Amino acid sequence: MQIGENSKELRMDPARQPNRHFDYSFKTENLKKIYLSGETEVHALRGVNIEIPTGELVVLLGPSGSGKSTFLNIIGGLDTPSIGQVYFRGKDLSNLTNQQLTLYRRHNIGFVFQAYNLVPSLTALENIALVTEISNYPMDPLEALNLVGLGNRANHFPSQLSGGEQQRVAIARALAKQPDVLLCDEPTGALDSETGAVVLNALFDVNQKFNTTCIIITHNASIAELAHRVIYFADGNVSNVVVNQVRKSVEEIKW
Amino acid sequence: MIGALNLKLLRDTWNIKGQMVAISLVMSAGIAVFIIMFGALDSLKLTRDTYYDHYQFADVFASLKRAPQSVAKRIQEIPGVARVQHRVVFGITLQMPGLNEPATGKLISYPDSGEPKLNKVYLRSGRYLYPNEENSVLVDESFYIAHQLALGDKVSVIMNGFKRQLKVVGVVLSPEYIYSIAPGALMPDGERYGIFFMGRRSLEAAVNMKGAFNDLTLKLERNTKQETVKERVDQILKPYGGLIAIGRDEQVSNFFVENEFKQLVSLGWLAPIIFLSVAAFLVNVVMSRQIATQREQIGMLKAVGYSDLDISLHFLKMVLVITACGGVVGIILGIWMGVGMTELYAKFFHFPILKFSFSAEVMIFAVFACAISAVIGTLIAIRNAANLPPAEAMRPASPPVYKKTFLEKLGLHRRLSFLSRIVLRQLERRPFRSMLSAIGMSMASAILVFSLFLEDSMTHLVNVQYELTQREDLNLTFVEPRPKKALEEIRSLPGVLKTEAFRDVPANLIFKHYQKRGAITGLGTDPDLRRVIDENLAAVTLPEKGLVLGAKLAEILHIKVGEILTVEVLEGKRPTLQIPVVALTQEYIGTGAYININSLNQLLDEAPKISGVSVQIDDNYAAVLFKQLKQIPQIVGLNIVSVLRRIFDEIMAENLLKMVTTNIFFASIISFGVIYNTARIALSERARELASLRVLGLTRKEVAYILFGELGFIALVSLPIGLWFGIILSKAMSSALETELFRIPLYINNSTYGYSVLVVLISALISFYLVWRQVESIDLVSAQKGVE
Repeated sequence: MQIGENSKELRMDPARQPNRHFDYSFKTENLKKIYLSGETEVHALRGVNIEIPTGELVVLLGPSGSGKSTFLNIIGGLDTPSIGQVYFRGKDLSNLTNQQLTLYRRHNIGFVFQAYNLVPSLTALENIALVTEISNYPMDPLEALNLVGLGNRANHFPSQLSGGEQQRVAIARALAKQPDVLLCDEPTGALDSETGAVVLNALFDVNQKFNTTCIIITHNASIAELAHRVIYFADGNVSNVVVNQVRKSVEEIKW
Repeated sequence: MIGALNLKLLRDTWNIKGQMVAISLVMSAGIAVFIIMFGALDSLKLTRDTYYDHYQFADVFASLKRAPQSVAKRIQEIPGVARVQHRVVFGITLQMPGLNEPATGKLISYPDSGEPKLNKVYLRSGRYLYPNEENSVLVDESFYIAHQLALGDKVSVIMNGFKRQLKVVGVVLSPEYIYSIAPGALMPDGERYGIFFMGRRSLEAAVNMKGAFNDLTLKLERNTKQETVKERVDQILKPYGGLIAIGRDEQVSNFFVENEFKQLVSLGWLAPIIFLSVAAFLVNVVMSRQIATQREQIGMLKAVGYSDLDISLHFLKMVLVITACGGVVGIILGIWMGVGMTELYAKFFHFPILKFSFSAEVMIFAVFACAISAVIGTLIAIRNAANLPPAEAMRPASPPVYKKTFLEKLGLHRRLSFLSRIVLRQLERRPFRSMLSAIGMSMASAILVFSLFLEDSMTHLVNVQYELTQREDLNLTFVEPRPKKALEEIRSLPGVLKTEAFRDVPANLIFKHYQKRGAITGLGTDPDLRRVIDENLAAVTLPEKGLVLGAKLAEILHIKVGEILTVEVLEGKRPTLQIPVVALTQEYIGTGAYININSLNQLLDEAPKISGVSVQIDDNYAAVLFKQLKQIPQIVGLNIVSVLRRIFDEIMAENLLKMVTTNIFFASIISFGVIYNTARIALSERARELASLRVLGLTRKEVAYILFGELGFIALVSLPIGLWFGIILSKAMSSALETELFRIPLYINNSTYGYSVLVVLISALISFYLVWRQVESIDLVSAQKGVE
């Protein structure tokens, strides 16, 4: 079956040193996204050409409407480009069917959303199990919770957790499937700085320990000092790419 | 392992348990009605088929005046005839202690050696007759029970003008008399009509039928054309005063049984279809709401790699959980009520045994149909969610667009408080949705009207029958037509106030290739006691010449006013007449053909005769009159209209009202289910908005006004729609129930509308109260945080 084969090809287990053949995780060529809003065309992306190396912690910075969320959605397989190519380790995502995109998301990508998006009727542990049940190489959900320091909160419902705790559960959920890439859309946007630091620390740890590529959208420029690479977005395109020679640790950041 | 997604399913379902219970109940109502009706139908059919088969119910029935037994041998030789049973059958009157009026009955010959070849009888108690036993009879069970007889009791019978005492030796049931009614009656009355079996030789001697017979039943071989055999039988019996031979379809008892089957099928389909449509509608509304509130969750599930199919199945499972609950409750209710229904049938239909059949097929089908309707309701709701691209689902739905309402454009808003303006804008913002809610609620009143109308219509039917057409107190029929002076005899009896003679002539009515065996009835020019009425219920004056046909009969024969009907008379000189149809009448019961009695007598070319008399009596003399009537041997049939009516009312009260009560029970459940759901969903959609208003300082009352103002308005709009829809459903039902025997008119009392409105309003109040308690418990802080 074609779908099955594709999914196998796409599937890369970080535990099996997956990054041998490709030194980049994503590469885009002339990536454009055009929305129709009423009768006017909105150019959300205007031909992005960029490579994101494997294993890096990358921060996307830019004002609202600069196209970074659209970019993240397209490389995460949530959305498709209007024009241009996007490659995940040499595999063209722009031609995948809906079903193939679903499997790509299922096996390769971990998402962390600004609004946490936990299922309110499931406990922290069950929210993670929701994802591990459909993954090929999941960790134990409790282990994932321990990684974000919430092992003692396993049986709490989202309504019984603070915002920061909820976001850490969301990160644990994304980690638990052992994805190739973690995509985070303003993970600290709804949190105060102290809680935000805890959440970022968790992401930082993951990147260090598992060599997982992490791409984080943020408005907070100081987070950029954590990253290997900072990609600046403006008006639907990449305006600048800065590679940090020296990375700060979470504790060193000024908020 | 149960799986996290399934856990979510269970908790989400539990979270909206009130609505789930409401929907399950509506489903269980649909399933239960289906099981009751088709379970009863199944039981009746199975029982009847076995009964007919084991007791050799005949295929063809013929009666005649008198023929020597050798004629039966000629019938036996007709190709396709498997078996012939010839009998002697005689009408009798009985004088039963404890009954003022005479009872009537039928005495049927029983072979002196062995069992009957056809239409065997089932012995409930006592014994069969000994060969050549004299003055002993087997009696049918309902008469036996009605008169609290005991084996060995003697009954006093007038047969062929002589009084005889006959000893009851056995109690029996016959496949020919599952539904046993006196000629001219509609409802069985075991007290006033009985079937008796007597030794052949003894009966022959008593009624002067030695070596002869007057009744014939035939069993045909498989694949034999019944029509051909009947024609041959008619030819052979014609010289012996044979009436047209009939098949099972026209045999009285079987005809009624079949009739009941037809009605059960109509009821069995129509009601569940309505109930299950309502359930599907509710499922759709609730699931749409579920999907709307879970928009972000659905987006997340898609983002982490659940497929559209996984998500659709997730919501479908939720619905199947409700269906399963509804199924269990429905099956239990259905079996419980089905047993009751079957017991009811056992009172009217006399079978050796009648048990409710727990037919697995019926139950599986009912639950399956329910699941299908629920799945359809869900799929319509899911379609949008499944098609939502995941990135889109991640964003919260865009804020609703409000516009100035129509009323405000007219400038009327100045008169309205700002709370009323909120209510109006809510209604106008989503007119389609408001309309849908109104239609949903209208189902509640529609089902109530539909459930209640049957009682109204039946009452109307009885009123028309016994107050406008059959206005006599008594109706007597003679053993055979008698000269006109018999009328004088009756008129001279004590207590008789008024008499009108009638003449019934059995006939075969033919128009083109349509024919119907029936009778034509001769009445006086302007009959007062027994009237013929038109569709406006006004009395019709019978014209000098020509036939007045019941509308149903005209429909069967495809004949119109002005066309000529061929009437093959099956009595006396048996002329074939050509009579024009001059008018049609409205009849709810039976298929009558009426003609002026003088004109009829002329056409028959014989001295004026009458076959019976309609009598108006002075109630004070009733006892004396009945005593005298018991002594008149020529009277073979006697119907007391007040008794007929009473029996009708009793049966209505017991049978129909039980059904109506069941329906009202279900209709109330549905009414409540629909309204509660609508209110609950309105609350869940507005919870945050209402909480904001509370934070801004509105009182609970003001907040409730916003919520219930909208719902109340929708409920009011739903009422006229519902009543109108109820009329349509009732119309469908009344035509579905139409048979040759009965046309149930569409007649709805104002009280039915009133009652329906009342139930809906009460359901609305209860629902509002339940939802109001939830408004009170809105947690202002958490509502503001946006946690649903």
